[in-house]
Amino acid sequence: MKKQVKGNLNDLRQGAHNTWEELETSALTVRIGTPTCGRAAGSLDTLQTFRERIAKEGAEAHLIEVGCMGLCFAEPLVMINNPESGLPPILYGPITYEHVQRLVEGFVLGDDPCLELALGTVEFKEDGTPYIPEMPRFEIEERLILRNCGYIDPLNIEHYLARGGYLTLQQVLQTEPEKVVSEVEQARLRGRGGAGFPTATKWKLCRQMEKEPKYIICNADEGDPGAFMDRVVLESDPHSVIEGMVIAAHAIGASRGFVYTRAEYPLVMERLKVALAQAREIGVLGDAILGSGFNFDIELVGGAGAFACGEETAMIASIEGQRGMPRPRPPYPAVYGLFGEPTVVDNVKTFALVQRILEQGGEWFSRIGTPNSTGTAVFALAGRVEQIGLVEVPMGTTLREVIYDVGGGIPEGRQFKAVQIGGPAGGCLSESSLDLPVDYDSLKEAGAIMGSGGMVVLDESNCMVETARFFVDFLARECCGKCTMGRLGVKQMLLILADFVKGEGDEEDLDLLEKLAEDIGQGCLCHLGGSAANPVLTTLRYFRDEYEAHVKEKRCPALVCKELITYYVVPEKCERACDHCVLTCPTEAIVTDERTRLKKVLQDKCVKCGTCLDVCPPEYSAVIKVSPPEKVKELEEAAGG
Amino acid sequence: MEELQELLKTYPANRHSLLRILQAAQRQMGYLPGEALREVASYVGVSPAEVYGVATFYNQFRFIPYGTHHTVVCLGTACHAMGGQLILDAFERELDIKAGEITPDHEWSLDRVGCIGCCTKAPVVVMNDAINAKMTPFKVEEVLAGLGLQLKRSTDSEGEEAGEREPQ
Ligand SMILES: Cc1cc2nc3c(=O)[nH]c(=O)nc-3n(C[C@H](O)[C@H](O)[C@H](O)COP(=O)(O)O)c2cc1C
Ligand code: FES
Repeated sequence: MKKQVKGNLNDLRQGAHNTWEELETSALTVRIGTPTCGRAAGSLDTLQTFRERIAKEGAEAHLIEVGCMGLCFAEPLVMINNPESGLPPILYGPITYEHVQRLVEGFVLGDDPCLELALGTVEFKEDGTPYIPEMPRFEIEERLILRNCGYIDPLNIEHYLARGGYLTLQQVLQTEPEKVVSEVEQARLRGRGGAGFPTATKWKLCRQMEKEPKYIICNADEGDPGAFMDRVVLESDPHSVIEGMVIAAHAIGASRGFVYTRAEYPLVMERLKVALAQAREIGVLGDAILGSGFNFDIELVGGAGAFACGEETAMIASIEGQRGMPRPRPPYPAVYGLFGEPTVVDNVKTFALVQRILEQGGEWFSRIGTPNSTGTAVFALAGRVEQIGLVEVPMGTTLREVIYDVGGGIPEGRQFKAVQIGGPAGGCLSESSLDLPVDYDSLKEAGAIMGSGGMVVLDESNCMVETARFFVDFLARECCGKCTMGRLGVKQMLLILADFVKGEGDEEDLDLLEKLAEDIGQGCLCHLGGSAANPVLTTLRYFRDEYEAHVKEKRCPALVCKELITYYVVPEKCERACDHCVLTCPTEAIVTDERTRLKKVLQDKCVKCGTCLDVCPPEYSAVIKVSPPEKVKELEEAAGG
Repeated sequence: MEELQELLKTYPANRHSLLRILQAAQRQMGYLPGEALREVASYVGVSPAEVYGVATFYNQFRFIPYGTHHTVVCLGTACHAMGGQLILDAFERELDIKAGEITPDHEWSLDRVGCIGCCTKAPVVVMNDAINAKMTPFKVEEVLAGLGLQLKRSTDSEGEEAGEREPQ
């Protein structure tokens, strides 16, 4: 790899800094978040409309594409800084293309801040981290990893440099590798990939190995469904991860690195490719990094859609071109890893935190969070919660704070039921666990795991038996099939659960399921199989009554399981003249009584898609679900046939 | 297969390249026909069974072609919790195929995926590479009709405004 160092990094940074300062203090800027989630909400249309309007008006405004600020519930997000107005930058959302004209006329061309569209003003902490004082969540949040996310242009390395990027690496290269490791040790950093293994321990082991070459792998597979933290970090601030990787490579003496990311993340691949090229260009990656004798380069590897490959030994097999099968450890990858060489595998967020730790010091980091789980945790908050998005809080924050104070609680006044943490390997915790602090040890005790940070909130409209079936189904599909427990045991659990959601099975099956789950938890070769027990055991532990309702009464209390519910139009509520349900039913299963104009569901035609319930105007809310299905007969009889 | 030959030459002929070669081949052809698997096997010097073993392990690889319109329904945790199964049901019902299949006229193909990291817009569907956010069974009909599918039920013009409400 030949690199062209464009002058000295300090000069580059100074230049970037000056440009940035000017941009921040005297230019009119419009930042638009275009990460994957923003795009799904239409942010590319917003961007395009801004571009056209601004060109048409001949306005002098800089359009900056940024990543994700974590406020996904309000996407597409737009941040406008109009220094002439004398106002601080203002964050808006959701801003679809229809709102653009208003913003351009109001706050780009004029000084009307369009407060009706605003989420709040943007202020900055001492270290430059943006926050929104109007949003209570920022009082709880502490953004170490997300500091730049949604604020800088991820494709512009100068933005990263202007905010102190690669300065830490410069300093680290002047220090002994041992010092770097001991800084991480002092920080008591634990890996953010799920298991929470002490990072320094792994690094030391690898460092001590006399073999060469050594490898670094950044685990960006993020296979946990319902999790998107790593995607956001890589799409929004890729250089912080790259810098962390180079620092780690220096610490353990690695010469080659890999970022393994999943096939489902095309934008991550695209942005990383650009970022890596930029890093090489300014000489922080490649041969003789920053003029030192240290050589290190990073290669991008695209996964091929296998959950098991998130496990480190399976990932190594996959990079080697094999089936992504895990193998027993020890030997740990630090001793015998990629191509049989010493290898450190760490999660995306672990590397991002390494950068912060070396920048601010291990001591500083160890004071954040709890003594045993230092630093912050990033959660992807999704499901039945108001402010879905990304959250970064100090370890030890309670689940209640995360879900209610940061996430704004459950929408539409519905009742919280459970929170699913740690991906399929994690567990479902109930109301009684809400005051648990989130840290590695407390969650484990409660039967869940920290995992990589997916947090899916479930409310009364979610069925826990069906949820357990879903996870076991997921794991049965993804199970590599190497050990018998994983291959057959998990399948057996799935069959039992599939019976339950159909109202089949009896109490004996319930005991069998519990026994099976306990055995699987112990008898599987790798974590993936073993963890298949968790969703079953935690739902049995916290929601046994729902299992019993399915098994004993053939009833689904949450009104979810198709075989156990029927749709019914309540005659007293039906408006009769309104035909929404009749017209939208995909199978023409709703008919109108010629005489009374009342609607009736033809059960043999109904596919239980729920469209009638969705479209029945809220002022009538005449469509209901009942369980068990026979109940509908009683209702019909009571209503007079 | 000539194009595949050209493609193969750009990769080192060894076992370690296998995954990358399969990915590139799929990019080129849209799927991996049996013939391609055999070509790849002889190029990297392993048995076709081994290539097949690797290819079937990973969800990304397809052994049937894509339809003109390819739909992927997310059934990750968030999408499932927000009703993703009903969305998949709706596609299966309207297209008359199951996930993993293609219609006989090769117009439509359907797949499922376990999270695309867009969980805040659940339930999501990827259609022809574009993400459709916050789907409902009714929206499924709308999108399909918009792409020219003859829906199962007789659709007249009504119902449009009726489908506006958020899913339950
Ligand atoms: C089935 C399974 C899936 C995993 N998936 C991931 C993943 O998607 N991302 C990740 O960082 N770690 C994952 N891990 C954990 C990795 O094996 C490994 O512990 C981690 O990458 C180490 O990084 P850390 O020390 O920074 O946490 C998974 C583990 C198992 C058993
Ligand atoms: S669960 Fe569907 S995108 Fe994550």
